[in-house]
Amino acid sequence: MTAALPLVLTVFVACAVEAIEALTIVLAAGLTRQWRSTFQGMAAALVVLAAIVGVLGPTITLLPLTALRLVVGALLAIFGLQWLRKAILRATGYKALHDEASAYLREVAAAKAAPEVAKRGVSDWYAFTLAFKGVLLEGLEVVFIVITFGDNQRNLGAAVVGAAIAVVVVTVAGIAVRAPLAKVPENALKFVVGIMLTSFGTFWGAEGAGVKWPGSDAALLVIVPVVALVSLGYAAWLRRARRVNAAAGPQAQVSQTEGVTS
Amino acid sequence: MLRALKSFGAFWYDFVIGDDWHVAAIVVAALALTALLVHVAGVNAWWLVPLAAFAALAWSLRRATAGKS
Repeated sequence: MTAALPLVLTVFVACAVEAIEALTIVLAAGLTRQWRSTFQGMAAALVVLAAIVGVLGPTITLLPLTALRLVVGALLAIFGLQWLRKAILRATGYKALHDEASAYLREVAAAKAAPEVAKRGVSDWYAFTLAFKGVLLEGLEVVFIVITFGDNQRNLGAAVVGAAIAVVVVTVAGIAVRAPLAKVPENALKFVVGIMLTSFGTFWGAEGAGVKWPGSDAALLVIVPVVALVSLGYAAWLRRARRVNAAAGPQAQVSQTEGVTS
Repeated sequence: MLRALKSFGAFWYDFVIGDDWHVAAIVVAALALTALLVHVAGVNAWWLVPLAAFAALAWSLRRATAGKS
């Protein structure tokens, strides 16, 4: 169980972030439109997700471990680097922070403006499609993380446990507050998930390419902190560059003005 | 039909590749080079993928922030 703890924790944090985003969309649809069509949309998305897991899960486990690690490692590293990139740009002010409260208000405004249309046995098609898309898109990321981490560690059960706990915790918290979970430090969580996905992706990808890591699995204990330190270093570098640019901006304007007046 | 295929492709491109395809290209190239070094040259190049990942991230961040303050 102790050996599976890092796997459970990684999957838990990654899936919690996705569940928070899905919850924001579902709440916007349910509270402003109608819960019946929202739940139908959620249920339809969960059926599609279950079908994807049913097809992908057994197919992936048929792959030999080396090929699996190469493909999945590459995908995880790419995924992780994109998460890190976004988290660093948001932490340094180059990209707006993902704010669940304002995302919720945007969805609510759009939901209120849309007309109520009944279609294919669903009384409110807008609420249905909103909930369906939100749960399917965020759910796909959960499925990707659970299958890749679970299969690579040959412990799909532990990955499913991590994801299930995350979804239950976020759902219960959402029902309790009946509002988007705006106080969760989402960018910090995304930063941590980016570090974990990049580290595991790098480790498995290189192993799949034939590398023997010094220290075998223990190399991860070095890779994770190194990826974290480098990422924090990049964030510090961008913050410094932003400050320097901001300070140089007015000076450059003054020298330009001086150049014009002299 | 064509529009549905296009949006299906765009969805998976956005899902897997994301905002900057250069990152994905560097990661794939680094893995291919690592496999070559290991299997052809006999070099245990465990350091190559992490270095490429750090370089890809730095380059992508620099491109994203160039000209912005």
